[in-house]
Amino acid sequence: MAQVQLNNIGKTYPNGFEALHPTTFEIAEGEFCVLVGPSGCGKSTLLRMVAGLEDITAGELQIAGRVVNHIDPADRDIAMVFQNYALYPHMTVRKNIGYGLKNRGISKDEIARKVDEATAMLNLGDYLDRKPSQLSGGQRQRVAMGRAIVRDPALFLFDEPLSNLDAKLRNQMRIEIKALQRRLGVTSIYVTHDQVEAMTMADRIIVMNAGRIEQIGTPAEVYHNPASIFVASFMGAPPMNLLSASAVDGAVKLGDQTICQTQHQGPVTAGIRPEAFVLDATGPFIMDVQIVEELGAHRLLHGTLNDENVTVHIDNEVTAVAGPQRLSVRPEAVCLFNVMDGQRLSCSP
Amino acid sequence: MRKPKLSTLIDHAVLIAGSLFMMLPLLMVLQMTTIPDTEIIRTGPSLTIGDQFDDNFTKAMFEASGFSGENTGLSMLKNSMILGMGFAVGKIVIGMMAAYAIVYFRLRFATLAFWLIFTTLLLPLEVRILPSYEVVQWLGMLNTYQGLIIPLIASATATFFFRQFFRSVPEELVEAARIDGAGPVKFFIDILVPLSQTMIAAMFIIMFVYGWNQYLWPTMITTDEDMYTLVRGIKQIVQVLEGAVVPEFGRSNVLALVAVIPPVLVVVFFQSWFVKGLTESDK
Repeated sequence: MAQVQLNNIGKTYPNGFEALHPTTFEIAEGEFCVLVGPSGCGKSTLLRMVAGLEDITAGELQIAGRVVNHIDPADRDIAMVFQNYALYPHMTVRKNIGYGLKNRGISKDEIARKVDEATAMLNLGDYLDRKPSQLSGGQRQRVAMGRAIVRDPALFLFDEPLSNLDAKLRNQMRIEIKALQRRLGVTSIYVTHDQVEAMTMADRIIVMNAGRIEQIGTPAEVYHNPASIFVASFMGAPPMNLLSASAVDGAVKLGDQTICQTQHQGPVTAGIRPEAFVLDATGPFIMDVQIVEELGAHRLLHGTLNDENVTVHIDNEVTAVAGPQRLSVRPEAVCLFNVMDGQRLSCSP
Repeated sequence: MRKPKLSTLIDHAVLIAGSLFMMLPLLMVLQMTTIPDTEIIRTGPSLTIGDQFDDNFTKAMFEASGFSGENTGLSMLKNSMILGMGFAVGKIVIGMMAAYAIVYFRLRFATLAFWLIFTTLLLPLEVRILPSYEVVQWLGMLNTYQGLIIPLIASATATFFFRQFFRSVPEELVEAARIDGAGPVKFFIDILVPLSQTMIAAMFIIMFVYGWNQYLWPTMITTDEDMYTLVRGIKQIVQVLEGAVVPEFGRSNVLALVAVIPPVLVVVFFQSWFVKGLTESDK
């Protein structure tokens, strides 16, 4: 059953700027859906429209089977976690978490019970009587989470909740949030510009660019089968190598080597993930390696292939040095894109 | 014992000189409350401490000075208190509410309204004193506390400061409150007012002292002696009609000292609150 359904939802500002082109998709119950894209792509606008903080100028939004276009944020049965936490600075942790319940006229005993339950789940028990200014970044983040879960909503909305934390804490909170969502089974929409967060947390990723959805799919789909050059270059670190190739009589040629077969004719862009290259003494390609980046578990080779920049991912057992290296390509891992509009073209090994 | 450094000595000398400079006038007034009025006429301020203070204090606080026998020091103190408090509280309440409307609601002509309010800063009561008197008189508010307080409140200082403050409150807080189900009134009372504590304290200091020190407007609007405020009452004591009578300097000096104390207390009390708020709040 679809918990959240967007039918041609669009947003045009009064000055005529179209922040979000009409968009249709649905999110299943219990699903963790991540909206990812560069800043200004409309992902936050979309989230805020679902929350009710921005007016919807076109289309219809349903949450739990109910059209909520003109329903107040407080009555949409949602909870939101903000980027800068948005905790009430003058209230203790206990009051911050209980404020939403208090406004809904729930009895004091009930509030106390629910707050205790939520804070126990988040390991905040020792901090109940502190104010936000006396907490660390990670603890504040947890309080913000507590404020969301205590309400037991139909939908969680996360607006870049981890971007104010340092890298280590971010990794830890990423797992905590994901585990919490699993345990509670609440449908969630999570906005981020960090593709690692998107890949690791999502059940399904929605990649957005310039107010449009580029691709919707599981992390594996988005990674291995990007629908456009934009998705290919945005998802994955390091990103996919995009090399100019040409298709002649069904064969796609990179330099003078055939890498796969297609129906298309003329110039194309070949997308090859760094790990789809293999160091191979008999390989057909010669890469000029300039820098070897040591990352412990694996290495990255940066250099040029036919005068185009290329990054190659190799395991740490394979030794590599700067200078010319022979490579081959796993043909099943090649993606082809139309040079004109950046859309995916079909190809076969 | 540690030998004091020269720079420390100089620092202290400067500070002591400064304090004396500020306090000497008050000390002179205090000295003059202790000697008989005739002595003051003869010698002016001196170094002798007399025994008249109790006498002067009793006269100043509990004895009426006018014709009606109603304007004792105590009643004037009460009137000044009502004026200072009423003015400060009224100004803060109205200023906050006006600023709330301007900042958080999409009103038509909100900017125009704001600038209209803002121009009242250029028109203090002294400038519009005749029309104001006319209006107050027409409303039958002469010799009332309302007449004393309300026209003074009509100025934009507090609105202006609260507007600037509210604009610095992060947008997310408003949104979080909306999702938490707080309507406009709840948001104002539960969130905005507590966040504004420091601002309110600062405003209260400024406004109370301003209201307390009003002289011209109370002089115009109050003719009943039981409505006199301290600041104008002092003047009245020294103003003697018959030339042969020595003005009651001792008595008016006591009143002058009494008139200084409440503003000082307000500053001292709210200052600690103000500083605490500045260091603790992070909105």
